[in-house]
Amino acid sequence: MNAAVVRIALLAACLAATAIPAVAEYGDVVLNHRSEAEGVRPVIFPHWFHRIRFRCKVCHSELGFRMRAGANVVTMKEIVEGKFCGMCHNGQIAWAPDRCDLCHSGKPGLKPGIQGGHSTLGPGLW
Amino acid sequence: MKRSRPWTTLLAGLLVLAAAAAWAQPDLRRWIPLAKDGLHDPASPGTRQLQEPRDALARLAPDGAGNQVRWVQALERGEIVPRANLLEGTEVRLREDDILLNLNGGTPIVRFPHRAHTLWLDCSNCHETPFISKAGANKLDMRRILQGEQCGLCHGAVSFPLTECNRCHSVPRASRGGGPAPGYAPVPPKAGP
Repeated sequence: MNAAVVRIALLAACLAATAIPAVAEYGDVVLNHRSEAEGVRPVIFPHWFHRIRFRCKVCHSELGFRMRAGANVVTMKEIVEGKFCGMCHNGQIAWAPDRCDLCHSGKPGLKPGIQGGHSTLGPGLW
Repeated sequence: MKRSRPWTTLLAGLLVLAAAAAWAQPDLRRWIPLAKDGLHDPASPGTRQLQEPRDALARLAPDGAGNQVRWVQALERGEIVPRANLLEGTEVRLREDDILLNLNGGTPIVRFPHRAHTLWLDCSNCHETPFISKAGANKLDMRRILQGEQCGLCHGAVSFPLTECNRCHSVPRASRGGGPAPGYAPVPPKAGP
């Protein structure tokens, strides 16, 4: 019974994969809980770009980012003070927080969350 | 002079064959430019300055799913050298044993490689939440995984997606004699850093 449900679920996931084209790059996260309300474009966080340079454990262990979209509410004040993104985005390891457009480059109106899922469309959305 | 001709012909033939082989297996991977990915605003000055996925990913170990990159392979081959820590005091931990899961299910047994996971992650990312570090203590469920829990926290979002069943369910039951699956059978860890 359970195995049958799982098989049907997997089949549905496969069909969804063929029906919905993956557009954004796999693992892209839109951060827009606060951005547009504060008058700037949403942030597009590319996992692929960061994992070439850092292992997951750097951000998800040392920096304290929880591994769930929406679980991390980060303010510019914290970044400027060197927390979260600001651990690297300080003008020494990566560009400084005054380069607004490099992170806040998203289209207006985007919903926050993982957008570039492959077939499950990200956690909780398959 | 005449005697060397067959060799020249053979050499030319081999070159043609090599070229044909290279032509027959082109890299079919395509990455959408940032300005057309539906997320980046083409009107944003930042969009033009950012690195394009194609420029970064095309040289990495190819895959057919996700970012179209075999990330663990790219790391093991040294194609990428991502930093393992920012803070000097951080202990970088690597564990190399394998854990066999799904011993009594209908699908092939899951071989969970600690190495591939700890190359990227710290122990604390998985233990004790969402996984208790005790064999048999975790009730894994594909329905929960498909909903983004357990393995699905990463698989389906950033690591290879859940369409790739056989990469986790990789140990055929027949190879274990077809009888009842054995209990927890860890592979002894290799000496590591």
